[in-house]
Amino acid sequence: MEFTLKTFIFYGFALSTIASALAVVTVRNIVHAAFALMVTLFGVAGLYVFLQADFLAATQVIVYVGGILVLILFGVMMTSGRLEMRIHIERGQLLLGAGISFALLMLLLTVIANTPIWKNLTDDGTPLSPTTERIGQLILNEKFLLPFEVVSVLLLVALIGAALISRKEVRE
Amino acid sequence: MSLQHYLVISSILFSLGIFAVLTRKNAISILMGIELILNSCNLNFVAFSRFITPAESIVGSEVFRFDGQIIAIFGIVLAAAEAAVFLAIILAIYREFGSIRPDEVDTLKG
Repeated sequence: MEFTLKTFIFYGFALSTIASALAVVTVRNIVHAAFALMVTLFGVAGLYVFLQADFLAATQVIVYVGGILVLILFGVMMTSGRLEMRIHIERGQLLLGAGISFALLMLLLTVIANTPIWKNLTDDGTPLSPTTERIGQLILNEKFLLPFEVVSVLLLVALIGAALISRKEVRE
Repeated sequence: MSLQHYLVISSILFSLGIFAVLTRKNAISILMGIELILNSCNLNFVAFSRFITPAESIVGSEVFRFDGQIIAIFGIVLAAAEAAVFLAIILAIYREFGSIRPDEVDTLKG
């Protein structure tokens, strides 16, 4: 593969995604971990652009960075006192978890390296075409209409459930 | 950029998420680990639908290119719903126990 500006930017996104994900799981301060998670989510959005999914990249930034991450920060602020901002980790559990996740990573990498039909599938260099219109058609009047409606009911259920669980008890 | 690049990135994200879920002692950190896992999963969906098109569907290949993206959109919706319910439960637990360390929430333990 020749080294062009495109590959340079791709590796920049990939490295920042992986490095900030590493920071999310190792940094001791939970607020710092939340901000590292923001970099990870932006990096994944950049990778979506490389996969020609521009609508998905925008959705990722709006929903994850604008919604879920703010929700996580609210959770941190409402549940952690000054002392609990620091995350406690036990040594034995740390070693066990590192061993399990490293073994899992090695397993996945072996599978990826040894599956013949996944080899030599490279970017064919077709230019980025807008995907929003086609996604809208597929969701609203073709084969994804029913899942779309089901998911909207699911969101309503989650909304009501979250409000019900987190409200204060009303004394009769 | 081949398919394997994306698969390697997403498997690294997945392992880091599993590591966070296994070792962290704060429920919100565990939620962050779960978000990493969901992101790696979505990245896999989009990468596979970008690079692999079923051979018998050359006519409808353009539709298959979007399948993974739409499933990833549904995944993002599920992640949002999950985060909302997760944080509501965490707030309720914090009010009840004064802590969100998962190993201190052991009322059901005999």
